[in-house]
Amino acid sequence: MVVQSAAEAITYPAVGAELDIEGVSHAFDIDGAVLPVLDNVNLSIAPGEFVALLGPSGCGKSTLLRLVAGLEKPRTGALREDEARITGPYPSRVVVFQDPTLFPWRTVWDNVALGLEAQGILKTQRHRVDAVIELVGLSSFRNAYPHQLSGGMAQRVALARALVNDPKILVLDEPLGKLDSLTRIAMQSELVALWQRKGFTTLLVTHDVEEALVLANRVIVLSDRPARIKADIAVGRPYPRHRGDPYLAELRKQILGLLGLEATW
Amino acid sequence: MSTYSVSDGTAAAAPRAAVTFADLSGSYGVGLAASLVWLAFGLSCLYWPDVGDWSRTGSLGIGAIVIAAFILFGTFSADYLGSAGQALRKRAPWLVAFGAFVTLWEVATAKFAWLPLPFFPPPQSILEVYTDDLPKLLDSVFASIKLQLGGYIIGATVGFITGVSIGWSQKIGYWVHPVLRFIGPLPATAWLPIAFFTFPSSWSASTFLIALATGFPVTVLTWSGVASVSSAYYDVARTLGAKPSFLVLKVAIPAALPHVFVGLFMGLGSSFAVLVVAEMIGVKAGLGWYLQWAQGWAAYANMYAALIVMSLLCSGAITLLFRTRDRLLVWQKGVVKW
Repeated sequence: MVVQSAAEAITYPAVGAELDIEGVSHAFDIDGAVLPVLDNVNLSIAPGEFVALLGPSGCGKSTLLRLVAGLEKPRTGALREDEARITGPYPSRVVVFQDPTLFPWRTVWDNVALGLEAQGILKTQRHRVDAVIELVGLSSFRNAYPHQLSGGMAQRVALARALVNDPKILVLDEPLGKLDSLTRIAMQSELVALWQRKGFTTLLVTHDVEEALVLANRVIVLSDRPARIKADIAVGRPYPRHRGDPYLAELRKQILGLLGLEATW
Repeated sequence: MSTYSVSDGTAAAAPRAAVTFADLSGSYGVGLAASLVWLAFGLSCLYWPDVGDWSRTGSLGIGAIVIAAFILFGTFSADYLGSAGQALRKRAPWLVAFGAFVTLWEVATAKFAWLPLPFFPPPQSILEVYTDDLPKLLDSVFASIKLQLGGYIIGATVGFITGVSIGWSQKIGYWVHPVLRFIGPLPATAWLPIAFFTFPSSWSASTFLIALATGFPVTVLTWSGVASVSSAYYDVARTLGAKPSFLVLKVAIPAALPHVFVGLFMGLGSSFAVLVVAEMIGVKAGLGWYLQWAQGWAAYANMYAALIVMSLLCSGAITLLFRTRDRLLVWQKGVVKW
């Protein structure tokens, strides 16, 4: 296990929740065969921390996120949000998926309002929807339908739909994976700005080593399926970070080595 | 539509006072031709003696000339009539074709009797039906609408609720699905003999049959619509705090709506068939019954008149359904225009 000390102490706002993953193993039954996906994963995330999960394709990262979200229950082990055991989905832990999955029959505004509507508090909280649409810069598209949006705009709406619930833990499942590289770089900066402003705990799954290093306080490297934690790397650099930073380049080399890709460096 | 507004722009830019020869062969020419065709039709009614004795030939001729005058007026003032003028210009070729058709029909029946009488009545005898037999025809129209509407609404509602239930709940699906598979594919008209002696009135029996014909496609399409909703939508809604009732009402049903409308459309088609058969066999009212009655009296003009009304009603019902769909499904791209 590779552990690096943080270069500087980072203070977190009090909004985020602590997330504990304790001895979690999970498996799927596929045509009668048991396919193990997660193998005794232990991870403790401090309130307000930004943690990136890196791992080979199909290693079980997204499954771990589904467990955190409460969409599935682990076979063994437990997940806790602020000491309380996670037993099902709850709007304090919101997921942004790789596909924006906007509801095509709802306008941008109605999509963002979804969470508040589902919780039955939309009537008194309409201003929160307006505010968060403003925050992601889509005020002029509030009445547009999803098919009228570009990929980056749709993903921004998905982000707004998550943020309107004031989540304590924001779970991001490769949310920028399908965007073009320019939009992705722009949205990475926006994501950091939002996280710094709001102070929620963030758990990001990504394929992109550079993205993980630019965004996260800690990078968790997972093994092939069934996923185990291979390394827990603290990224001790202040924000905004620069892609050309030699410190990050060194970390990148190290992580690619852990992923068995040192030859590509 | 946009292409028409473009040509409208160029027409408006040209000086309006002078109608040039190019205009006559172009945008005005078709309208002028339509007007002439209708005038010819009118004159043939008024000044060319019929082979038989029809009382409405004169009125038909005057009517046709009035239409010709309207077309002429509309053609040359289309630019000042706004959207109505544009609509007229767009349909001018159809007015030519339709005018030519009625003229041919008039000549082939009333003037030369090329088509055997009384099986092919001339246009004036159809007009005669609309003027002289109007009360009975209207009664039939209202009876048909009442029966169709009642049966269709019951069938669509029951079908929709059943479809959502079996699409959502496996338990309900377990019990309803086999019944649906057994009863659904049976043509509703096959129930006719049983329905007419088990129900207290022929009206309630027909309502049941129309509801049955509507219900089956609506159920199946609603069911497949609900079942095919991507689980990602449910995941998103659940993480945002949605309860099961929200998942059904605000996720499953809106997502399934395009399928539901296909079912409603198919149900409408098959219910028309049942309506007409039920009226011909059991119910002593409605357009189906009117057709049957006209056949009994060898009143062929009445049959054609009733057929035209029936076609307009069915087409109108489908138009209404599609308009409703377009309004509810504005979020969809590229829906078919009826």
